[in-house]
Amino acid sequence: MSVSAVLAVVVGVLVAGGVVLLLERSLTRVLLGAALLGNGINVMILAMGGAAGEAPIIGQGPKDEMADPIPQVMILTSIVITFAMTAFLLALAYRSWQLQGNDEVQDDVEDRLVANRRESEPEDTGADADLEAAQDAQAAVEETPSKADDAAIGREHA
Amino acid sequence: MIAVLAAHGVAALLAPWLVSALGRRAFLLLALVPFGAAAWAATQTSGVTGGGTVEQVHSWVPTLGLDLAFRLDALSLLMALVAAGVGGLVLVYCSRYFGAGEAGLGRFAGVLVAFAGAMLGLVLADDLLLLYVFWELTTVLSFLLVGHAADRQGARRAAMDALMVTTFGGLAMLVGAVIVGQAAGTYRISEIVANPPGGTAVSVGVVLLLVGALSKSALVPFHFWLPGAMAAPTPVSAYLHAAAMVKAGVYLVARLAPAFADLAAWRIALLVLGCGTLLLGAARALRQHDLKLLLAYGTVSQLGLLMVLVGHGSRDVALAGIGLLLAHALYKSALFLVVGIVDRSTGTRDLRVLSGLGRARPRLAVIGGLAAASMAGVPLFAGFAAKETAFDALLHGDGVDVAVLVLIVVGVALTAAYAWRFWWGAFATKADVPDRRCAGGDLGFEAAPALLAAGGLVLGLAFSAIDPLVGRYADTVPSALPEKLHLAAWHGFGPALGLSLLALAGGAAIVLGQRRILAAARAAGDAALTGAVTTGAAATGVAVGGGGAGGPAVAAPRLRIPEARTVYVGLVRGTERVSVGAARATQSGSLPVYLMTILVVLCAAMITALILGRPWDVDVRLWDGPQQGAIALLIVAGAILTLRSRRRLKAVVLSGVVGYGVATLFALHGAPDLALTQFLVETLTLVVVVLVLRRLPTHFTGTVSGLGRRRVHLAVGIAVGTLMALLTLVVAGAREAVPVSELFAAASALAGGNNIVNVTLVDLRAWDTMGEIAVLVVAATGVTSLIFLRRRSRGAPRLSDPSSDSPVWAIPHAEALASPAAATPGSPLAVRQHPARGAGVARRAQGWLVAENTLAPERRSLLLEVVVRLIFHTILVLSVYLLWAGHDLAGGGFAGGIVAGLAFTVRYLAGGRYELGEAAPVGAGLLIGIGLVVTTGTALAGAVVGDAVLQGGSWYLDIPVLGTLKLYSSTLFDVGVYLVVVGVVLDVLRSFGSEIDRQVDEETHTPRPTVERAPASATAAPAAASAPTREERA
Repeated sequence: MSVSAVLAVVVGVLVAGGVVLLLERSLTRVLLGAALLGNGINVMILAMGGAAGEAPIIGQGPKDEMADPIPQVMILTSIVITFAMTAFLLALAYRSWQLQGNDEVQDDVEDRLVANRRESEPEDTGADADLEAAQDAQAAVEETPSKADDAAIGREHA
Repeated sequence: MIAVLAAHGVAALLAPWLVSALGRRAFLLLALVPFGAAAWAATQTSGVTGGGTVEQVHSWVPTLGLDLAFRLDALSLLMALVAAGVGGLVLVYCSRYFGAGEAGLGRFAGVLVAFAGAMLGLVLADDLLLLYVFWELTTVLSFLLVGHAADRQGARRAAMDALMVTTFGGLAMLVGAVIVGQAAGTYRISEIVANPPGGTAVSVGVVLLLVGALSKSALVPFHFWLPGAMAAPTPVSAYLHAAAMVKAGVYLVARLAPAFADLAAWRIALLVLGCGTLLLGAARALRQHDLKLLLAYGTVSQLGLLMVLVGHGSRDVALAGIGLLLAHALYKSALFLVVGIVDRSTGTRDLRVLSGLGRARPRLAVIGGLAAASMAGVPLFAGFAAKETAFDALLHGDGVDVAVLVLIVVGVALTAAYAWRFWWGAFATKADVPDRRCAGGDLGFEAAPALLAAGGLVLGLAFSAIDPLVGRYADTVPSALPEKLHLAAWHGFGPALGLSLLALAGGAAIVLGQRRILAAARAAGDAALTGAVTTGAAATGVAVGGGGAGGPAVAAPRLRIPEARTVYVGLVRGTERVSVGAARATQSGSLPVYLMTILVVLCAAMITALILGRPWDVDVRLWDGPQQGAIALLIVAGAILTLRSRRRLKAVVLSGVVGYGVATLFALHGAPDLALTQFLVETLTLVVVVLVLRRLPTHFTGTVSGLGRRRVHLAVGIAVGTLMALLTLVVAGAREAVPVSELFAAASALAGGNNIVNVTLVDLRAWDTMGEIAVLVVAATGVTSLIFLRRRSRGAPRLSDPSSDSPVWAIPHAEALASPAAATPGSPLAVRQHPARGAGVARRAQGWLVAENTLAPERRSLLLEVVVRLIFHTILVLSVYLLWAGHDLAGGGFAGGIVAGLAFTVRYLAGGRYELGEAAPVGAGLLIGIGLVVTTGTALAGAVVGDAVLQGGSWYLDIPVLGTLKLYSSTLFDVGVYLVVVGVVLDVLRSFGSEIDRQVDEETHTPRPTVERAPASATAAPAAASAPTREERA
């Protein structure tokens, strides 16, 4: 099955442009990149789906000349979802501008924190558990009996 | 059996409520549940002793072959009696142990009861996977119980250690269970034991199962978690670390011994590790000062012995092992409970400061004495009977058995020694220690340990009564002797008795010897002290010498094996270090870097696919027509210019050009639906993006990537693009199968529609469409929640709102800039220019052009208002037409919905947010909701009326003038899609349009941010202030 070279070139340019924009930090450019990328992939599906033809509507033309409807269905879904994503990215960009005065994607602070994390809990150096239990016991030994204890002992003696 | 387990679950859930209602007395009530379970098990005794079993099977996950299979046989019965009986007594004990107002008691009670249930389930389960489930349940619950005092670091760490070690073992066990289960072809334990599979894989599986059992039962090298777990409250130690959980490993070994005890790996592992644990634990126990730690190491030691006995693989030894298991459960939990009482009434568990307790609390001393006697193996007690049976059985064995016997006798002697050390430490009156003050006795508190300790004596005397029951299990293990041994209080005079007495004598010798060593150490310490004083050494030296003398542990010889816990901590920290290192290496936190990683992987995958897919069958033609070439040129130019643009608006418009170009490509390709939808969506996108961009700086701001980095980005982009283009060419040529589109055409005709694309969307693949509208709704919800800072459910802004008096989109000081007449209040011009300053309600629907009342006059465009007013309804009718015609012609719910959305968009553009509110006076959420109800309702109706969800149907509708209308259920579905899309567009419009307008107005009209909006305004204000400077700079 032959493919239109022109469509392949369109795919290449749109995807390349989309990727370059996607790699930027400005959310507006990321959004435009996603749009370009979406268009590029849609054209790719279209090109792979076969040659141009009549609209896939029964009764409007000979069946053999009809374009393949399946890629069209997929692209239709993709168009609508791209719109939803664009709207969401826009909202993100706007919110980012509201909070920071720009729409740039900052480095993930959490990731940095993980990377810079030192060894956790320096006191947990594998001290013997017995030791601590013994210390607990020692602490218990050293504590003075409470008034309640005294009272109880007094009762018993009486 | 399932009912018994369910009762525990219900009780566990009710426990927090009960405790908050009844306080600690609730434990007495909760104890009824395990007691009930014990009673139920007891009623089964005669049947099980006679050789019967109780089985109950419910299918759970049939695809995994996992059943809720429970089976009560002799071993399960004994274990269930121990778990439930001791559990009940411990709950009774808890009602006195804890203070009335202790924090977290409700949760503790619930977890403890749940643990009792899990333990019962573990011993009753007859399915390896089900057993694993209960196994891990006990692990998790024990984590919660050990970490009860969550504010203490020690408790948290001990709980974590126990969890890590036993979970590690549990996972190994799961793998083992799967290996064994797959080899046997069944997970039913009774069937595996009856027909054990063989082979190397099974040996590996069995060893993995043993790893689980050994870690749970705290055998060397996993033993360190058990002493650490003494951070738990004493009742927990008595139950989990003496009677129940640590016995789970012993139970598993006992359960599998009839099948696998003859494996070499089994024997070596259990005999070596068991004997090692027996001696190591006992030796450590002799060096402890904390009574609880002494018991913990004693438990470790006894678990080693139990493992040797039940894993030995001959009938009589197994008989002795189960007897010792029962005896150990009784005496060790009694001893723990005694320690709890000692701790509570004196405030210490340190045997160096306890003195005179035996005189002050004689009853407690007797209870402790009874239990310790059973532990030491004093004749007539249960411990004695069990151990003597073991001696007897091993005496008849081969050389290995005799070697094991020697080690066991040494171990038993050590046990007797630390039993004495325990009793002496807790109750004896020590000459050089002042008597410890002690609270008075409490019979209720002592009841549980008294029962358990007395049980040890009763069991010892009446061992022969349960001998048939224990024997019923032991008989499943092959016997080497022609004559069967029996558990009994008295075996008569013989070599076994001699060994018992020898062990006791050995114990006494160790005690005396240790005394002497102690005395020697003290003498040495005194000598050091004197020497230090005479030589006038520094005071620090005195302290060191004195301290060294105080601890007999220093004098005792130390084993030079690396501490197991040190190794464990090293492993844990090593793992942590590796993971932090991996995170540091891979997680830079930069989105472009992450994306680039993904893209590079994508390239590699594509290259691999392309290479593997050779030879390529590429058949290229230049174009489908010269128009295609022209449009392609437009698209390429648009894309490149978008890339180069430094202005936001320019970039957006250029990308819009690309979008329209692609739409044209669709049209040329024979895809009218796509072209239509793409045109509409592109238009809507442009409007929406511009609505937001009016707030953002005109130029792209911030850090501009360096040239080098941009080159890298460009290289990645070109690589991905080139590969994608190549892939397009290759994939089309690689097509082998006949396209399914033919079938879709036929199906579409069947579904009553001519537009195959639309019928596919709303009928043939309607599930996908449902997912798609769900995505739309989620995205719209995300948008509104990001833009509406306070609440979204606010209705559309209406003219009747009081705030509608203020003009929309007003230019500050515009009135002053206008003619002087406008600035004069009361002049007719001013009134006409700004009629909005009136009562809101009265103005409703007053004018034909609503913007008259809402927009700031300087923003009005009469032409636009009139045109919009004229075409608005026409566009709406068109949208409904598209929806209806979609079944047979280009169109459909999506296209129709977006057209309707565009109609509202132009109303908004012409008249501002109040105009939008008047045009669509319903909440967007309502439309989306109705749409979702219609689509899902249609889908479900298909299931109710027809055979499947989304099954289609059709009706004829007679409409008077117009004729007959054939109505398809898929059309109804499409109506739902239409409504959802309209709602989503409205939602987006209200967010990016109306709400941002409102925020702008709020900022211009209120110079100081209100308190409510403080966080957003405070940060937005400087941004707004700095925005113009950026523009100027540009």
